[in-house]
Amino acid sequence: MPKDHGIGASPKRREDVRFLTGAGNYTDDINVQGQAYVHFLRSDVAHGKINNIDTAAAAAMPGVVRIFTGADFEGVGGIPCGWQVTDKHGEPMKEPAHPVLAQGKARHVGDPIAAVVADSLEEARNAAEAIELDIEELPAVVDMKAALEGGATKVHDDLDDNLCYDWQFGSPADETDAVFANAAHVTTLELINNRLVANPMEPRVAVGDYSRANDESKLYTTSQNPHVIRLLMGAFVLGIPEHKLTVIAPDVGGGFGTKIFHYAEEAFCTFAAKACNRPVKWTSTRSEAFMSDAHGRDHVSKIELALDADNNFIGLRTDTYANMGAYLSTFASSVPTWLHGTLMAGNYKTPNVTVNVKAVFTNTVPVDAYRGAGRPEATYQLERVIDKAAREVGVDPIALRRQNFITQFPYATPVAVEYDTGDYEATMAKMEELMDLPGFAARRAASEANGKLRGFGVNCFIEACGIAPSNLVGQLGARAGLYDAATVRVNATGSISVMVGAHSHGQGHETVFPQVVAEMLGIDESMVDIVHGDTSKIPFGMGTYGSRSLAVCGSAMVRATEKIINKAKKIAAHLLEASEGDIELKDGQFSIAGTDKSVAWGDVTLAAYVPHNYPLEDIEPGLEETAFYDPANFTYPAGAYACEVEVDPDTGKVTVEKFVSADDFGNVVNPMIVEGQVHGGIAQGIGQALLENCAYDENGQLLSASYMDYAMPRADDLPHMENYTVDHSCQTPCTHNPLGVKGCGEAGAIGSPPTIVNAVIDALQSGGHNVEHIDMPVSPSRVWEAMQG
Amino acid sequence: MYSFDVENPETVADAVAALGQDEAQALGGGQTLIPTLKQRLAAPSVLVSLSGIAEIKGVSADGGAVVIGGGTTHGTVANEAGAYGALAALAGNIGDPAVRNRGTIGGSLANNDPSACYPAAALGSGATISTNTRSIAADDYFQGMFETALDEGEIITSVSFPIPEAANYQKFEQPASRFALVGVFVAKYADGVRVAVTGASEEGVFRWSEAEAALSSNFSAEALNGLSVSADGMISDLHGSGAYRAHLIGVLTKRAVAAAS
Repeated sequence: MPKDHGIGASPKRREDVRFLTGAGNYTDDINVQGQAYVHFLRSDVAHGKINNIDTAAAAAMPGVVRIFTGADFEGVGGIPCGWQVTDKHGEPMKEPAHPVLAQGKARHVGDPIAAVVADSLEEARNAAEAIELDIEELPAVVDMKAALEGGATKVHDDLDDNLCYDWQFGSPADETDAVFANAAHVTTLELINNRLVANPMEPRVAVGDYSRANDESKLYTTSQNPHVIRLLMGAFVLGIPEHKLTVIAPDVGGGFGTKIFHYAEEAFCTFAAKACNRPVKWTSTRSEAFMSDAHGRDHVSKIELALDADNNFIGLRTDTYANMGAYLSTFASSVPTWLHGTLMAGNYKTPNVTVNVKAVFTNTVPVDAYRGAGRPEATYQLERVIDKAAREVGVDPIALRRQNFITQFPYATPVAVEYDTGDYEATMAKMEELMDLPGFAARRAASEANGKLRGFGVNCFIEACGIAPSNLVGQLGARAGLYDAATVRVNATGSISVMVGAHSHGQGHETVFPQVVAEMLGIDESMVDIVHGDTSKIPFGMGTYGSRSLAVCGSAMVRATEKIINKAKKIAAHLLEASEGDIELKDGQFSIAGTDKSVAWGDVTLAAYVPHNYPLEDIEPGLEETAFYDPANFTYPAGAYACEVEVDPDTGKVTVEKFVSADDFGNVVNPMIVEGQVHGGIAQGIGQALLENCAYDENGQLLSASYMDYAMPRADDLPHMENYTVDHSCQTPCTHNPLGVKGCGEAGAIGSPPTIVNAVIDALQSGGHNVEHIDMPVSPSRVWEAMQG
Repeated sequence: MYSFDVENPETVADAVAALGQDEAQALGGGQTLIPTLKQRLAAPSVLVSLSGIAEIKGVSADGGAVVIGGGTTHGTVANEAGAYGALAALAGNIGDPAVRNRGTIGGSLANNDPSACYPAAALGSGATISTNTRSIAADDYFQGMFETALDEGEIITSVSFPIPEAANYQKFEQPASRFALVGVFVAKYADGVRVAVTGASEEGVFRWSEAEAALSSNFSAEALNGLSVSADGMISDLHGSGAYRAHLIGVLTKRAVAAAS
């Protein structure tokens, strides 16, 4: 019988009560007395030389408080990048300046050039229209390969060219080349991982506030990681010491990675609040979000897979161009390298893997982590080329994968990481069972009778989550530690507030974290709340991304709770006049082992705060403990996904008829929430595979700048529930964190795109169409064009 | 948006008078105009709302025609135009419930978006568009993308759709907006078949006369075999080339004929 409380139970999400009844407190709900509003004048050209900005007429407009331009930020730091990649020659990546407001040049459509602070948003917008901007449009570079050609326009004039870095990783290239030279078969595939816009339901918002009385700054912002923002903005941009700067990320309506990064608008509002001595608020419009939220993916890759005569994978070689956009966003440089190259081995024991990545500046919006971040790019290449190889050598795609699976753990890959646990055969077998493979032939025949082509697609994936061991990532260029922290504050009557560094913006931490603490203490979950999102209340944690919250912050919480239990046992021993070693904690009762003598949790906590009968000579009063947890390794969730699609050969439209995910997330705390995460991830992955496409024209104008042209996945783009199964029953617990958890937030978005594309190709091949590849999104028109040959 | 005044006339006469003011703009359901205003792409000084005018609302069936008031919402047409099933079905598949609850047939036809559904129904049915001053045949009304025969300040009061023997509308949705990437309306009348295509042409909604001729002599999908539309002048964008749209016209016309009832 399923548990009804604690670890393994599925209580409904307690935060949903406020979210679903309109009682949430989002950043835009926050209005500070006397606040002014900012409107950013953004570049409408992709590349332009700013000759002059005349703000005189605009400054005289009604309601205007002050107009800022790049000149106001000359003494201020630029937006920093949090990860320094070293290229294959040992040189640091190129790291161009990223001013808060453009200085000298605008480098992408949407680049903020000036900012008007006014009493009302209406007045700010009116005045922005009166700014006389003399901008000389320059040729734009959009295509990455063209951007690297000699004589290409430079995005940054002070750099030699548009190359951020040329990185190589994994097995020595000459060794891998030698393997290829002797291969029985080599399969090659060129593909594009399409550029995406994250589109969280809540757009970005920032409210800057400044107290002249205390010289204190406060920023309310839509962030996944308020301490990261405090660190980056305080230390690198504005020079505000931590004790004078509070960053608050209240309820946040979805992040998907795009709210990890420190943005110019946050620094602006904080800076302007002090400069104007008035709170300053900015709320992004959806149009602004399309041209200022960091985009995702945008890799152009060539991948080659070498097989021996027995179809064993013997070598893998990749060449990727990764678009950085016009500036380096916070973690942009790490995504195509350490989050991508390290996963290129996938679930397979390929002995030689060499990864090449060129990161390129273009006149487009900066590109950074988006749900999965690097790992979807790796999985997509690998699983597409394996599918193509299976077809070329005439082997079943499941069998070819199975034959090459890693089966012994721990396993050190040729790309630097060591998988601690896994059982890829188990997830594959579970997928096969749930897909009803024997019934496929009949389903295909039924589709064909209906004039449709039916295809089957399979995909395996592995990801590195629980980011990340600080000493390791430090060696790899991270400019921050990636531990997390929790403080467990037990109140006098036994209720508990847990202050956590992780931030919940859809993940359900407010439900899941208390399940863990309540289980450990044997008390009711309703006695435990978490506090998150406010640097003045929580310990220095690094926030939520990379499926890390439970694996890293949850582990810190476990450690802090263990400290609580240790201290509480000392108090209980005193109250029971027993030896500490004899005290057991079960179901919220401290008892002397082997006796019926016990004290309740609440008696112990009360004693800690009303220490009348208390061992004050040995231990301090109070019951509050903090732990920082730095993971020993990444975690490695993995799985096998499969789907069936139908293709309408007359229109090219693809429909997903059946979808199965078999994941191994290690231990699972709340199965309902895990399933919800996977459902959401798969929806985003299907969105990427079939619908979403952030497109620029050759002049750097954004073609998909609104929902009229940017297609988001909707409920009716997904399979009906009875044909849609997410399973996480295969569980190989993580060996190095106390909960044995691996992380589930990104799996769906990583595992689903190649599954869909593999199925579409299979469908077309079944209809006699010799189509080897279609780039995502596999839209009706692209499918139809491919079928025309 | 910029600031503006709003007037809420209750009669067509008052609305016409209000529209005589400088920089006045009629507001139907606002499904196109309000987003345009929000983006500051238009700056009327007065919005004259037509949604309070009872005399231009409602659906009636009269002498072999369904007559729909210009201020009637898509939702109402979907629910009440059962005498012309293909038309009701088309209305019921425009946008989403929020759009159908606000958007009006008069607003749609006055805007004449090249990807809108209603122009295909009006042209495909040989409808008559009546305004406060005159009646205009659909064949004369649509004059290119966002262009119509309407004069400044003229208000669509009703649209009369002759009820066909059989009809059907096939919409292939643009994946993002879910407007018609291509939409084909086929209607069979005693004196011939009409085929109107939306979403495809740079000139807006148009009649596919070759298909009409073929279907008028043989109302079956097979009658369309061998017929095709040239890709010249078809819209080519992120969502499909002109050739793809031209191809879809053939596919959808066959499907509409097969489904016509």
